[in-house]
Amino acid sequence: MNYAALIPLFPLIGFLIVGLFGKRINSEKLVGTIASSAILMSFITAVATFMGLLGMPAEERSFTSTLYSWMAAGSFNVNIAYQFDQLSILFTLIITGIGFLIHVYSVGYMHGDKSFSRFFAYLNLFVFMMLNLVLADNFLLTFLGWEGVGLASYLLIGFWYDRKFDGSHITWTGDAAKKAFIVNRIGDFGVLAAMFMLFNQFGTLEYAQINKLAPAVWGVGDTAVTIITLLLFLGCTGKSAQIPLGVWLPDAMAGPTPVSALIHAATMVTSGIFLIARTNVLFALSPTTMAVVAGIGITTALFAGFVGLVQNDIKKVLAYSTVSQLGFMFTALGVGAFTAGVFHVMTHAFFKALLFLGSGSVIHGMHEEQDIQKMGGLKKYMPITYRTFLIGTLAISGIPFLSGFFSKDEILWFAFLNGSPVLWGVGVAAAFTTAFYMWRLTSLTFDGEERFDHHHVHPHESPKTMTIPLIVLAVLSVFGGLLGVPHVLGHPLHIPNLLEHWLEPIFAVGTTYLPKHTGDHTTLEFLLMGISTVVAISAIFLARSIYSKGTERAAGIAAKFGGIYKLLWNKYWVDEVYNGAFVAPILAASRDVLWKIVDVVVIDGIINGSARAVGASAGVLRRMQTGVAQNYALIMMVGIVAFIGMVLWPLLR
Amino acid sequence: MGVSALLATIFLPLAGSLAVMLIERSQVKAIKVTTLVMTVITFLVSLLLLPGFDRTSTAMQFTINSQWIPALDAGFRIGIDGTSLLLVLLTTFMMPIAILASWDSITKQTKEYYALMLMLQFGMTGVFAALDTFLFYVFWEVILIPMYFIIGIWGGKDRIYAAVKFFLYTLAGSLLMLVAIIWLGLYGVEAGVGFTADLMKLRMIAPAIPMDVQFWLFMAFALAFFIKVPLFPFHTWLPDAHVQAPTAGSVILAAVLLKMGTYGLIRFNLELFPQTSAELAGPISVLAVIGIIYGALVAMVQTDIKKLVAYSSVSHLGFVVLGIFSITVEGVQGAVIQMVNHGLSTGMLFLCVGVLYERRHTREIGDYGGITNVMPRFAVMFAIAMFASVGLPGLNGFVGEFFTLIGAFRSPFLNNWAYAIISASGVIFAAVYLLWMFQRVMFGTNNNPENHHLRDLRTIEYWQLVPLVIFIVWLGIAPRTFMDLSEKSVQAAVGKVEFYKFSRPSQQP
Repeated sequence: MNYAALIPLFPLIGFLIVGLFGKRINSEKLVGTIASSAILMSFITAVATFMGLLGMPAEERSFTSTLYSWMAAGSFNVNIAYQFDQLSILFTLIITGIGFLIHVYSVGYMHGDKSFSRFFAYLNLFVFMMLNLVLADNFLLTFLGWEGVGLASYLLIGFWYDRKFDGSHITWTGDAAKKAFIVNRIGDFGVLAAMFMLFNQFGTLEYAQINKLAPAVWGVGDTAVTIITLLLFLGCTGKSAQIPLGVWLPDAMAGPTPVSALIHAATMVTSGIFLIARTNVLFALSPTTMAVVAGIGITTALFAGFVGLVQNDIKKVLAYSTVSQLGFMFTALGVGAFTAGVFHVMTHAFFKALLFLGSGSVIHGMHEEQDIQKMGGLKKYMPITYRTFLIGTLAISGIPFLSGFFSKDEILWFAFLNGSPVLWGVGVAAAFTTAFYMWRLTSLTFDGEERFDHHHVHPHESPKTMTIPLIVLAVLSVFGGLLGVPHVLGHPLHIPNLLEHWLEPIFAVGTTYLPKHTGDHTTLEFLLMGISTVVAISAIFLARSIYSKGTERAAGIAAKFGGIYKLLWNKYWVDEVYNGAFVAPILAASRDVLWKIVDVVVIDGIINGSARAVGASAGVLRRMQTGVAQNYALIMMVGIVAFIGMVLWPLLR
Repeated sequence: MGVSALLATIFLPLAGSLAVMLIERSQVKAIKVTTLVMTVITFLVSLLLLPGFDRTSTAMQFTINSQWIPALDAGFRIGIDGTSLLLVLLTTFMMPIAILASWDSITKQTKEYYALMLMLQFGMTGVFAALDTFLFYVFWEVILIPMYFIIGIWGGKDRIYAAVKFFLYTLAGSLLMLVAIIWLGLYGVEAGVGFTADLMKLRMIAPAIPMDVQFWLFMAFALAFFIKVPLFPFHTWLPDAHVQAPTAGSVILAAVLLKMGTYGLIRFNLELFPQTSAELAGPISVLAVIGIIYGALVAMVQTDIKKLVAYSSVSHLGFVVLGIFSITVEGVQGAVIQMVNHGLSTGMLFLCVGVLYERRHTREIGDYGGITNVMPRFAVMFAIAMFASVGLPGLNGFVGEFFTLIGAFRSPFLNNWAYAIISASGVIFAAVYLLWMFQRVMFGTNNNPENHHLRDLRTIEYWQLVPLVIFIVWLGIAPRTFMDLSEKSVQAAVGKVEFYKFSRPSQQP
């Protein structure tokens, strides 16, 4: 065992202490400190582990720490074992680093909540599960984390269990929590089935073994590997909120805002990307699945981006933005640009956590108001929040040299190179929506006239525990992209693409099965980069011209395109379709056919019917038992005569 | 030590039952304390089975073999292997909890109640330890009577209907089993050892029985067990029995009684008739899969919490049957541990429903809402029980489900992925019906004035649930502590079927 195995242990200890004794500790300061320092200790250990890996030769940067044998029967054996390598440590750093900032932020945000300690217990539980997910050396332990983060997400979405929440066909936070868990379970079914098939094929669920054995068993395009990867991808669409299972994420905003930042933007929702990156060899072996991943990714990016254009809830805009950005990441994976996908996970974690925490700061300062139509002009009341939020907006929009620019452009470029111009075109359109809705959000919130009720709402800047994490994240959002500067920009300036270099061994095998696109495209790459930058900037100016003065012009445009507006406002009626096509019929059939007819009428009818038949025939037969001796004698005589007759009959014939 | 521990585990409850009968009726406290002490001692004694138990052996351990009815070669033959050991421990563990659950809720005829509970325990432990068909049958029937009265006297409004239905349903099956036991014993004559009820001898004899006879013997045993499990479509007694039974009755019914059916399927069907088991694995698994989905769907639309949990049992035990008839080590091991898991988590769910019922005297989901507000400690417990039942990895339910499914997936006897894949969709529905119920009962605002002042868990209730939580987590994160106990016995049973199916040329032309 290595000290690195302590990384997931700290949050577990934090969870147990705060969960079991939090109420008794009865001090927000102490509870917050315990929970935050648990994550900080994990982060420090992760940094040390990272340094350790850095000191090794690139090919040897991987070690496993086995704790004990978890589940075993017959030929099946799976360990609780953690694998530390380039991919898992990168995710670990993101999870614990951003996780720590969000813990600190939450100390301020959750101040005064009656269930303060419960919140931090759940948050620690989440980090523990998330670390299991990414550090696992086998599918089953990842699955433990996978469902575990689902549990934490459920608990945190429904954290204010007695509050109303206005979602799609949802009135309570509890409904949203339940929806999230169940929709995710549909995806988990896919992962479960994929695990069965993998174990059946390889007799193990360890990533290292499977990644090594798979190319020997399956050729590129084998049906089995296509089925397996599609099933895994079904799980990814659940956890990472892609079409067709993305419906839960916007409603997950029912949870406290730090939860939206940590779980529903920065970490948990990127599990799907992690899983594909972890099993990139399998995915690379199936061109069909790769095409599906890219197709679903880009479609989700565009469709969610459109919905984001018309939403008025500050958190919902960010939620659809998250769905859209996750779509970009899947697009990258689908075209084989694994590094670009993971790169966007990282930069997105920075700026989306920043934006969510910023929105939390706004909501906090506005006394729980979330409707951007009732905001405006907030920049003079909350300067730090405004400036950091602005940085986040610029970063996500893809303004050159901020973090989002590098990662998104990398994705778009590979969509063009490995995919097709169409894929690139759709991607640029989605990028346009990103810049547009983000600027709309920023304008309506911070610029223009103050549309809130001055008598009841007194906007104010948030406390330091909240603003300091914002500043740190803003810095990361600005400079984080420098870790993955694309060659076309970096080469002339002698800036290496550190991230690509770091992750290379992880994707080395998978990449060999992908089609190669070589040649010098420097001019083309610059050209495309220029186009997408122009698009982003023009989207910003368009949004600014419409929204900087308020909502009137927008209302006019909405009226002009009434049909489209309604379609987007209602999120394409996806929830309604699912309800009508699946939920309602299954419920009706279960109630009116299976229960009321099959169970009650048919089965019980037969059982009770045969009981009644026995009773009825007994009712007839008992009349023979008259108690009168003469009758018995008579029947006896008849019987004897009949018996004699039976014996004699053959003789007489 | 092991042998005496086993004897004591079986007979201490009987002694306790007699002791309770001797106590003055008015001494309610003495009756309760005696019962509790007896069950706790029995549990501690049953733990003594562990140190001497050899987990590397496939043989029956701690055996006693003494004559009882020489003419029939029926004997007092007892002994345990890993599978029975786990179920014996489950029984002795659940009993003190069930007694605590009855502590305040049983107010009439307490003396009879506790005497019958202990009698019930005697029968249950006996079933799991019997190595003689007659003895097994006697224990099997011994259980029927106390359970009949527990439902019929201390049950709810329609308790008589439920009790009679339970009694007749089970009796119909067990009479068939009696016929099979006699018929089976007669084959001892053919084999040259004379009529016998010795299970160990029968294990040698039974596979040689002509296949058509084997089929009927198999079916007679199977039907008795299917009803007890209960396997779809023999399940309709269960919702009624559960809804009407008092809390402790439901707990024991779900936790232990149903396991007698699945245990029987392993001990008799699988181990005595390997060829027929291999033959019928497919059709039986079809019923199991239907039960998994059907139970879940019907559970989803229940408005009565207890009925919902009852139907969830139909679904969960479908996994057990599927695991057994996958006839793989993974599957059967999964089935064995799923029996234990279901006992713990469903037992705990029934306890939680009992806590609510005791306060509000209603089981309708619609009468609740926002209960977390007034009962936060209870909410935590209820949530743990729910997620254990949902099959969340890290808690116990997942382990059993996963192994039964992986067994079914790989089974050379079923030889079809569809069984496992269709059943796996049951995990989605499990989340639907349990989370939906939990949301309607516990979340939202507490609007009903009758729910405004519900008391949170009392100490006695709290301590019924804590031991269950410990084992629910333990089984989830370190299931090998328990599964290693039964690994060898299961390997032997599965190996036998594989031998007859694959290694030996078929007897039939």
